[in-house]
Amino acid sequence: MKSRNGKAGPLSLTRRKLVLGGSLVGGALIIGYTAMNFGSVAAGALSIGAEQPAASPFGPFIRIDADGWVTVVNAFQEMGQGVHAGIAAIVAEELDADWGKIRVVAAPANTAVYKNGAMGMQVTAGSSAIAGAWHRLRTAGAAAREMFVQAAAQKWGVQAGTITVRNGMVIDTASKLQESFGSLLTLAAKQQAPAAPLLKSPDKFELVGSRRIGRKDGVSKVTGGPIYTQDVQLPGMLVAMVAHPPRFGAKMRDFDAAAARSIKGVVDVFAVPSGVAVVAQDTWSARKGRDALSVSWDEEAVEKRSSVELRQLFQQIGELKTNDSGRSYFSKGDPAKAFNEAEFQASYDFPYLAHAPMEPMNCVAQVDGRQVKLTVASQLQTIDQINTALAAITLPGSVQIETLPTGGSFGRRGLFSSDYIVECVRIARHVGGGKPVKLVWTREDDTISGFYRPMAHHRLWINRDADGLPAAWRHHTIAQSLLPIGPNSTEVEGIETSSYVTGCSVADCRVFTPTVGVPVGFWRSVGNSHTAMVLEHTIDQLAHMGGVDPAEYRRAIYRKAGDERRLAALELVCERAGWGHSMQDGWARGLAVHEAFGTVVAQVAEVAILDGRPRVRRVVCAVDCGIAVVPDQIAAQMEGGICFGLSAALCGKITLGDGGTPAQNNFDTYEVLRHPDAPVVETHIVPSRRDPSGVGEPGVPPIAPAVANALLVLTGEPTTSLPFVS
Amino acid sequence: MKLNVNGKGRMADVDPDMPLLWAIRDHLHLPGTKYGCGIAQCGACTVLVDGHAVRSCSMSVADAQGSQITRIEGLGGDHPLQVAWLKLQVAQCGYCQSGQIMQAAALLAANPKPTEEDIELAMAGNICRCGTYQRIKAAIKEAAGAV
Repeated sequence: MKSRNGKAGPLSLTRRKLVLGGSLVGGALIIGYTAMNFGSVAAGALSIGAEQPAASPFGPFIRIDADGWVTVVNAFQEMGQGVHAGIAAIVAEELDADWGKIRVVAAPANTAVYKNGAMGMQVTAGSSAIAGAWHRLRTAGAAAREMFVQAAAQKWGVQAGTITVRNGMVIDTASKLQESFGSLLTLAAKQQAPAAPLLKSPDKFELVGSRRIGRKDGVSKVTGGPIYTQDVQLPGMLVAMVAHPPRFGAKMRDFDAAAARSIKGVVDVFAVPSGVAVVAQDTWSARKGRDALSVSWDEEAVEKRSSVELRQLFQQIGELKTNDSGRSYFSKGDPAKAFNEAEFQASYDFPYLAHAPMEPMNCVAQVDGRQVKLTVASQLQTIDQINTALAAITLPGSVQIETLPTGGSFGRRGLFSSDYIVECVRIARHVGGGKPVKLVWTREDDTISGFYRPMAHHRLWINRDADGLPAAWRHHTIAQSLLPIGPNSTEVEGIETSSYVTGCSVADCRVFTPTVGVPVGFWRSVGNSHTAMVLEHTIDQLAHMGGVDPAEYRRAIYRKAGDERRLAALELVCERAGWGHSMQDGWARGLAVHEAFGTVVAQVAEVAILDGRPRVRRVVCAVDCGIAVVPDQIAAQMEGGICFGLSAALCGKITLGDGGTPAQNNFDTYEVLRHPDAPVVETHIVPSRRDPSGVGEPGVPPIAPAVANALLVLTGEPTTSLPFVS
Repeated sequence: MKLNVNGKGRMADVDPDMPLLWAIRDHLHLPGTKYGCGIAQCGACTVLVDGHAVRSCSMSVADAQGSQITRIEGLGGDHPLQVAWLKLQVAQCGYCQSGQIMQAAALLAANPKPTEEDIELAMAGNICRCGTYQRIKAAIKEAAGAV
């Protein structure tokens, strides 16, 4: 697209759905993509002279202002994973921008422009942000750079070939003329944005892969900056809390609001589909009002089964003792005879897990007729927009979302139901008039709200070949489906791509998805959070059966399968962990290697049993995530992922007591990893020239089996259920 | 109710039973102190009351009257802990970090050269779900060298 004197020129649409363009908007150069016919859209929007990237005509990805500052528009949710630093690095690298003059802002909700390529929605999930942004943002950055080079060549009357860009300065190496991005802005905006700009060769990267770049949000996070949904304060804002049913599936039958209404500060009390809302002047009044409510619940449709009962049911399903024959997702050879006498059999049980991010769920909504404004840490803008529109009886296009960073999510804010957002929208609609309403959930609300990592049961039958390697693998996985309809593969991810299974001559892998009235959802690393434990702990038991070192056993399988990436990660982690070297009495090493979301992670944990519980003092981690974009943030995600996985493995569980009531509702009962149990993590990155893959989730899955494998050495006993400490 | 926050006298028109946390956040409009659990289990709301680390979710405004309350903003932004936190890129989601830093400030005030064990013990009540524990520990050690 070409823009002259602030007016949009004609655009030749290429076959790519998104078309790169650049133009001058409100005094800034905007580089972005449009999903529509750019000319007409841009002409109207340009005349507005939008100052904000959010209001510019075509989904901007980069904005460069006259002062030389580069603003990168982040389509992804910053939930602590440091994605903003990664996308800033990608843009700065190709643009040759000054790292000190780059900032990142959140993109508005606009699926057409900001959809996550792999998923077709505006969503931050599946450790896909950097992988998804990689090509698009490199291209946008390189295109902007080329426009500055062309502008300088024109202005100085020199050949573009002698012009280079460094730290936001455009320099002619022959004449030594130089100017900043800022001073070349107007002329750059008049240049044709190249459709296929030349990208740097990875060996020329200076910022990507550098240890000197890092997060840009550090200052606000160490000074208590008001950056979260919980911190939003708007004039006239009301605070809402909702009395939710104590068990899953209950509905409000009746309530008495008299006592609640008498609490100072309480403004209104009314029914919403999810319970009874109390709207008040401030959080404490809302809380007191809610405590004063008297609600009776219709418990007809309640899920009354306890965790113990569900576990028994899952075990029966796994043994094919019910009429559920499951769904085969991977099979090979003739399973009829292969498992008559399975020499290795095992079963594993996993509990429900809450996400428990430090910031409990919350949302700010304003509903004025058919217009809705959400100020919220949305992780799944496309779906949140649709669900909000349904709740407010409007169109998704009338729902504006200002995405804020979140105090953790781990999948909780990325739900197809948008549960807490819809609840807030319904309350704000009742209040009406565009008045801002902040819905605040207490920790208890958050913990018992469900959308847990599903409880899971695995049942395995395995036979080995003459070399002792797995030859026949039957695997039943029982877990609720994460999708509203039918079975899905997320609960068995990692199994059919494992060379332990694919290398067998016979395989029979089935998934069973019983219906249980407990809402389940995506939880950091999803199915891998249990399949890695099953695969990696099983493989150590098979190695021990044959008297083979577990690292050597894996090597044999990976070599046979030609799995070079797992081999490389294995070798690196063994070397750095001192695998095979003797350890102090009472300590043992455990190893695990798992691929999730395209990233291979190998971990060696050093474990002892102290005071009757596992103590993990050190974890060495090797990660192959393709080209390392921000190495320090990769290390941070491995450290964090290991703590998150270890927390669940050591003590994480939501159990349903008799009658189906969750037995844990706050950090006194829902135990999580604390400082004294946190290991020292050493991260080593496997050198790679592959395009980047994600790091937010893949650090989580290997730690549980790494610890279980060390415990196997220490005690001789396999682990058959998590958490370790019950 | 009269509160002394970060060296300034502030009036808050609230009931005496309101937790200090909500008076600070909703009425003094100082959101740096975070809500995490409401039952003194996670430490996100930690402030200093007369120099001691206190969970502001579990102290009433009435009990806080007459005390010197120091919150994250009161550290000034260039406190050795904040400098170390930035240098070591501690924060991920960042939500717990105000509380972690206030707890660490109380620790260093009482024990300027803490051992690893001292740090683990003093910080055990502050949860970080992102798992930044090892960087927190390193930042406290770094700051202890500078205090």
